[in-house]
Amino acid sequence: MENLNLSTSSPITWCPGCPNAQILVAFRQMVTELVHDGTLKFENIVALSGIGCHGKITDYLNMNTFTSLHGRLIPTMTGVKIANPALTVVGFSGDADSYNEGMEHLVHAARKNSDINLFIHDNQVFALTTGQASPTSPKGFKGKSTPAGSTEEPFDPIPFMLTVGATFVARTYAGDIQRTKHIMQAALAHRGFSFVDIIQPCITFFDTREYYKDRIVWLEDSFPRTDRAAAIAKASEHGDKVPLGIFYQVNRPTFEEELHA
Amino acid sequence: MSDTRDTILTVAIGGAAGDGVREAGASLGTLLTDLGLYAHLSFKYPSLIRGGHNYSRISFSREKVFYDYNHLDVLIALNGDSVKRHIGHLNPDAIVFADAFQPDELATLGQNAVVLPLAEFAKSINASPITRSSVALGAFCYLLDLPLPKMVDVLHRIFQGKESDANIKLAEMGYECLQKLGFRHTKSITPAPPSEAKEFVEGNSALARGLVAAGLNAYLAYPMTPATSILHFLAKKQDEYGIKVIQPENEISVINMALGMGYGGKRVAIGTATGGFALMQEAFSLAGMTEIPIVVAVSQRYAPATGAPTHSSQADLRFVLHAGHGEFPRIVMAPGDPEEAFQCGMDALNLAWKYQLPVIVLLDKHVSENSMTSTLPSNGTIERGRLVDRVEGDYRRYAITDDGVSPLAFPGTPNAIIKVSSYEHDEEGIATEVMDTIKAMQDKRFAKSPYLARECADHDSVKVYGDAGSSNVVVFWGSTKATILEAAKHLEKPAKLVQIVWLEPFPYERVAQELSGARAIVDVEGNRGGQLAGLIREKTGIDIQKKILHYDSRPFDPLELAAELNTYFA
Repeated sequence: MENLNLSTSSPITWCPGCPNAQILVAFRQMVTELVHDGTLKFENIVALSGIGCHGKITDYLNMNTFTSLHGRLIPTMTGVKIANPALTVVGFSGDADSYNEGMEHLVHAARKNSDINLFIHDNQVFALTTGQASPTSPKGFKGKSTPAGSTEEPFDPIPFMLTVGATFVARTYAGDIQRTKHIMQAALAHRGFSFVDIIQPCITFFDTREYYKDRIVWLEDSFPRTDRAAAIAKASEHGDKVPLGIFYQVNRPTFEEELHA
Repeated sequence: MSDTRDTILTVAIGGAAGDGVREAGASLGTLLTDLGLYAHLSFKYPSLIRGGHNYSRISFSREKVFYDYNHLDVLIALNGDSVKRHIGHLNPDAIVFADAFQPDELATLGQNAVVLPLAEFAKSINASPITRSSVALGAFCYLLDLPLPKMVDVLHRIFQGKESDANIKLAEMGYECLQKLGFRHTKSITPAPPSEAKEFVEGNSALARGLVAAGLNAYLAYPMTPATSILHFLAKKQDEYGIKVIQPENEISVINMALGMGYGGKRVAIGTATGGFALMQEAFSLAGMTEIPIVVAVSQRYAPATGAPTHSSQADLRFVLHAGHGEFPRIVMAPGDPEEAFQCGMDALNLAWKYQLPVIVLLDKHVSENSMTSTLPSNGTIERGRLVDRVEGDYRRYAITDDGVSPLAFPGTPNAIIKVSSYEHDEEGIATEVMDTIKAMQDKRFAKSPYLARECADHDSVKVYGDAGSSNVVVFWGSTKATILEAAKHLEKPAKLVQIVWLEPFPYERVAQELSGARAIVDVEGNRGGQLAGLIREKTGIDIQKKILHYDSRPFDPLELAAELNTYFA
């Protein structure tokens, strides 16, 4: 397939400069490369999304897509994978989409080790509904529904996903398109539930670009990826430095393998 | 009861939860069916695991029995509590089997109190206490002069090795015990020529087999009474049927996973009680929007909220008719017995695929869990709908067509890009806010309506029983069919009985035709609001004044219902 056109007729309505577009670029590049080098058949890729700013991504991808409901893309992804294990199933979700509305599905997909790939556009805010506190907003966040500041502790996704049994756990930064692309590619290559939290500053409602600029650090290549305790400890260093990269990767039979055994 | 009728006998097996009351009832129903008789069993139980009071009640006859009666000819009491609870509902000459009786019970029952050492016999052969009901099954055979070898055969089939020897031995001991006493019932029933095709089957299993007959690939469910036995039945049979059975984390996951599987090309059904279906509303609407075929078996139980979990209701007709936000075409059908449950299961899956929409099979506790002597087809038909295996050139998942049904391809098909969306979308499946496109897509989905109406006319969407020429009319839906058809045996005046099986699309012309010219129309439903009567008025303009509405969560008794109907019919 020489000219893989992954653009659609849909006009892109993200805010100009929104890092969602960087995630889109990383994914399109990855798909193009994997299809060109014969790793994937184009017709066997399915991209799903939930609802939120991130959810628009499926309209911008000229491939098989399923724009699901708010919080419900994870069981939908598992359904697609069960139906046809030859498909590569990728899901785009948001912090409200999967850490609020669909939290139970997140836990159970990890526990099942369903062979699906979940990429969370984590902008730490509700953006499409114009600026309310999300589960990953810091305590004290002043949004439209919390004018005096949020009183809730933020949810920390990486240690959580390591605890509930995800077999591939990574974090990346939307602004680093190349590394994001490589992590996406590693996630797809992983057999089992792949979880990637993508820090994606919301330039309109919660611009964290300056905050992260000097804080993000990439894990050394020597980081032991099969030590869950070490991974949890490392991922919890979420202060002056925010570690990024693949924290954990182990093999375990997948839900679909067991089901079709 | 008129003399021209064949004898109808009723037996109940009562005990605590965990006493195997359900299994003993199934064994007895199977035996009676094997003897060429017709049987109907209802199983009554509270929502608990051990203790409480359960009973299986079976009425049987040489003629078709549609429902079981409140008053018993034989009571098999597996504990003392069962005697106490049923002693007030015995026909004259009723026989009671129990381990022991209280003095007042002996005074009431006299020689009809038969001491059967159920527990002692079980203990004597080192069998577990749950097997003791088999003693009574054997004794029951002698009591009614039914052949013991048939009972042995049934126990052999039902228990399949696992404890079958003990159960058979105990049945023989029970038979001999009564034989020694030479004790027979004053009433008798003669077995009829057996029919191979007949079987004693529960509604939920029949529905499940109907789905399988239409090419089911997978069944997904979260357990909830009274839909759970569909899950259990299909889980047990999944290898034999070549299907997948999955229990996801909750009902919301069930329906979304099912839609993912449908998108991926699998014929999927899901099942739940109405409370579970309440959780599925958003995704049910998604099925309408994405036009992904899906069958939802929804079994009603008494509500609101958790309600009375193991008791029945017909209060969710309006709920399913209006389920899901927004407007989208759907089919809703409500079978009234196992044979109809099979048919509806098969039709539902085929029509879901033919028209790419959600289809609800609306059951209730009685249809789901009652068992009946039935004849089910040994195979079915599979309609695949407008599937596209190969795509050359343009493919649009939501291409506008005359009948609203677009060509259906699945991911993995070369040259096809399959986009579906919960947003209103254009023909390609891309979200749109363009008003002309929005209207066009809604019109496209509803272009299916006239074809659905034709399907409704071509199926048994309305069934008429009794005296079709009578101006006395009873109208009903779902499980009340069973009690009404049984009650009809006891009506003083001829009556026409009209069952509405399809509730959406509503067969309004046929219903209007069947009701027109009636002198008295009585609507019978298991709800407080008269939901079917309201629907009939909405669709036909016919305002039914006479209603018999039952909402105490317990079933109608055929005799009580007949008495009430008799007051309406001149």
